[in-house]
Amino acid sequence: MHDIEKEIRESKSGMTMIVKTIVRFAMGIIILFGAYIVLYGHLTPGGGFAGGVILACGYIILTLAFGKDIALRKLSDQGASIMDNSGALAFIVIGLLGYTGGYFFLNFIDHGKRFELFSGGIIPLCNIAIALKVTASLFAIFIALAIFGKFISGLVEEEE
Amino acid sequence: MQQYYPLFTAIPLAIAFVNLLITKINKRAGDYLALIATGVLAYMSIKMLFVGPFSYHVGGHLPPWGILLVSDGLSSLMLVVINVIAFLSIIFSLKYMTTYTAKPKYYSLFLLMVGGMNGVVITGDLFNLYVFLEIASIASYALVGFGCEKEELEASFKYMILGGVASTGVLFGIAFLYSITGTLNMPDMAMQLELVGINRAVAFVIALFVMGFGLKASSVPFHAWLPDAHPSAPAPISAMLSGVLIKALGVYTIMRIMFHVIGPNPLVSSIMMFLGALSMVVGGLLAIGQEDFKRMLAYSSISQIGYVMIALGLALNPGIGMMTKALAIVGALFHLVNHAVFKSLLFLCSGAVEYRTGTRDLGKLGGLIRKMPVTMTTCSIGSLSIAGLPPFNGFWSKLIIIMALLRAGYMVYGAIAILVGFITLAYFIKLQANVLFGKLPEAFSEVREAPFSMVLPLVILAILCVGLGIAYPFVETEMLRAAWDTLLDKAGFMNLLLGG
Repeated sequence: MHDIEKEIRESKSGMTMIVKTIVRFAMGIIILFGAYIVLYGHLTPGGGFAGGVILACGYIILTLAFGKDIALRKLSDQGASIMDNSGALAFIVIGLLGYTGGYFFLNFIDHGKRFELFSGGIIPLCNIAIALKVTASLFAIFIALAIFGKFISGLVEEEE
Repeated sequence: MQQYYPLFTAIPLAIAFVNLLITKINKRAGDYLALIATGVLAYMSIKMLFVGPFSYHVGGHLPPWGILLVSDGLSSLMLVVINVIAFLSIIFSLKYMTTYTAKPKYYSLFLLMVGGMNGVVITGDLFNLYVFLEIASIASYALVGFGCEKEELEASFKYMILGGVASTGVLFGIAFLYSITGTLNMPDMAMQLELVGINRAVAFVIALFVMGFGLKASSVPFHAWLPDAHPSAPAPISAMLSGVLIKALGVYTIMRIMFHVIGPNPLVSSIMMFLGALSMVVGGLLAIGQEDFKRMLAYSSISQIGYVMIALGLALNPGIGMMTKALAIVGALFHLVNHAVFKSLLFLCSGAVEYRTGTRDLGKLGGLIRKMPVTMTTCSIGSLSIAGLPPFNGFWSKLIIIMALLRAGYMVYGAIAILVGFITLAYFIKLQANVLFGKLPEAFSEVREAPFSMVLPLVILAILCVGLGIAYPFVETEMLRAAWDTLLDKAGFMNLLLGG
């Protein structure tokens, strides 16, 4: 852990010191807010998709401030792919588990008391699965664009 | 069987994601997973033919609030077409796709496309239909550009832009219908629309749907993407796109919505007959001049879809007799099934030829029947079927369509249909003369027969071409009757809302 800290401090890539410092403060808050939107999705406006977008924004802002090498160390492209597929798979598995009650996508968990965090049956679980998928997908798209962008601009320089 | 109906979308979608996870550990697993998944789906779809109409409530929520899945003769027929062709394409892909990189991603995209098409066919909810339409479309955009060469990416981009415009049109149409009826459930919407009738808003919706679904079905004014997209994709995907995708996303959706939701009316009828005739002629004439094997087949798809559209348009006319209507629908459905069989056969043949010779240029090929006898025999059977020679399946469906047109008194359209039959024969003779017969170029003296896993689906499809033609009476009673009964029975569709 210490090595990464040191590397981040010394790394020349990314933006200025001011941006890096602020992003380091904001990062935790962004992730926390994203998680809140996901987990309270069945009670307040928002949900898996909106929360997932905010979580992905957290990672994207990290990439912008510190460069893609450090961001990829936090969440690698392989990791993003695994997270993406697991999220989608979890969503379908929740649907298939409905068959325990006889119907596809049956809300088979106890619905609980209204307006409490642990209520709504499978809805919060679905939100978490969607959030995993959206976070990983958006981050992967951003990384792909960043890498390919560099690749293409490299080509242009060569031609010039 | 009824309670497993949602598995038609759940299996391919789940396996698509499992595949990407497992192939990170074991690269070979993707072949088996895709083969088993599509095999199970094909088996399930054949079993579904023998199950009567029913509706399924997803999550146990009652309609019109929950999502409704509908099974009737029409959706069963489409499921068989989609899943059997998908299974055969996957068998073909096992060997063929070794020439490409990233095979696991190919299988996942393929399964997503199959899941999307199955979803479009089984759903009874209009917004659900849009979502699955987009799943299948987006997977197909990626598959068209799978080779990542310049031309393939260009074709994919063009397809994506035009497909996006079509999807937007469809979404607007659905939004309009929702604002008119206050429901998205298709049987319920049909009931509400009976009260409203065809007002200006509904007429606008019809225009949007003819544009949107017409583009997905590649009928003529909206066909520009197809001749680029279908040849660019890998051969098994071309087979799926031309054989199944344009029918599941385009023709099936038009049938379902025009017959069951909006209801037959003379306006839609005349528009569709005109577009169908235009597609037949333009597609056929453009196909003659093509020098690329797959591009010729792509133009031929436009032309053949025209036959289906003109027959459906005829059946949508409320003014004609019941008997003629039934004849037109049987012709349309039978031609739809036949086209799926012979067009996927021909595209797979082009893939086998390209796999062995490395070219699709008709000018460079020739005399291959001596080197690849099985592949070329199946290619010949496919060509003769599509050209409408007896006793192959294409003959019967074209005959029925022409008979229906003449019976209803549309002499000009009937004459056009006969003329386009000759044009089809002309360009398939050109194809055969340039690929099967003639002088074998020296470069191909070492060419061998395609591998077994590529020949097997070709042989099965060729047997289907002959079988569907000879066993036509059986096909009509066993497969098509349920489907055309369904199409003519709007009240039966609306009753699915209550039953379950």
